[in-house]
Amino acid sequence: MIGSENSTQLLSPHAALLKRNDREAERNRGLFYSKNLLVLNVLSSPGSGKTRLLERTLSDVGARFRFGVIVGDLQTDNDARRLSGRGAPVVPITTGTVCHLESAMIARAAEQLDLDALDVLVIENVGNLVCPARFDLGEDFRIVLFSTTEGEDKPLKYPLMFKTADVVLLNKIDLAEAVDFDSVSASANLAGVAPQATVMSVSARTGAGLPEWYRWLEERVAAKRVNRSEATVRR
Amino acid sequence: MHELSLMESALQIAEDEARRSAARRIHRLTLRIGEMSGVVPEALTFAFEALAPGTMAEGAELVLETMPVQCRCRSCGTDFHPATAIYECPACGQVSAQIERGQELELASLEVSR
Repeated sequence: MIGSENSTQLLSPHAALLKRNDREAERNRGLFYSKNLLVLNVLSSPGSGKTRLLERTLSDVGARFRFGVIVGDLQTDNDARRLSGRGAPVVPITTGTVCHLESAMIARAAEQLDLDALDVLVIENVGNLVCPARFDLGEDFRIVLFSTTEGEDKPLKYPLMFKTADVVLLNKIDLAEAVDFDSVSASANLAGVAPQATVMSVSARTGAGLPEWYRWLEERVAAKRVNRSEATVRR
Repeated sequence: MHELSLMESALQIAEDEARRSAARRIHRLTLRIGEMSGVVPEALTFAFEALAPGTMAEGAELVLETMPVQCRCRSCGTDFHPATAIYECPACGQVSAQIERGQELELASLEVSR
């Protein structure tokens, strides 16, 4: 196998296979940081209620913070349409067959936004709890949604995704009783698999729990504003 | 999870490295795949068999090193290998979130010749 007249040489690049995406993600991160932009990557299974939650968020606090939205889907721009007309610019990404968003897609979409005019950039990822977990987009925080209709053991089934979550939003809390959702179990599962995450129970439909979510947003935006004013003082 | 495109990436990186060393053939590729990387080793092997022909790595041996998950307890500092997705420290019971090792997805090394 080795040897003969040609001596072999061992090269040890230790090269990350995802380095192309990671490098672009860092570039995104640098750009967003220079604009003091709060960037959120919103992830979930299809049908957990990402779009509904974002619709609600834009309506309720769209006047308080300047939002920009990037929405990814394989087909249709339905979600982008639903989010339009609420005061925030929305850029759709139709991936065709790609089941997750990648940093290069975000870089291209961000070119269509005036980042200087935004406080918060929300990226609604493709509905998928598997692949998006490994693709850094350059975000500040990962918001992972799952809903009561998906079962209390969801975090156990997708540990990699839940372990990357900064915030877990348990949605459709208003349906918990109707589907015999075991909240105690769900809490225990989240505490076990994702002890790092801030967990909030919400209903995008009834508004339950949303004030806490908005408070979280407010605190993160405020933190970015402090950075901005500190940077000004330094200059 | 996207083993085909990951293997494509691995072969591209490998060929670039080989060319940089003025090599023309790749005899062995060693990939390090973490237990919690989200990648299935068998699928990588399949992808390699599909993609290697026609490249400098045609006929090369593919070595897959699986890296187990390793955590360090943030309470007591114990290093441990969790048996499940719940990273409970065997010494003090504290549940950790931090993975020290086990998410690798890299081309560790390659053996080349001119």
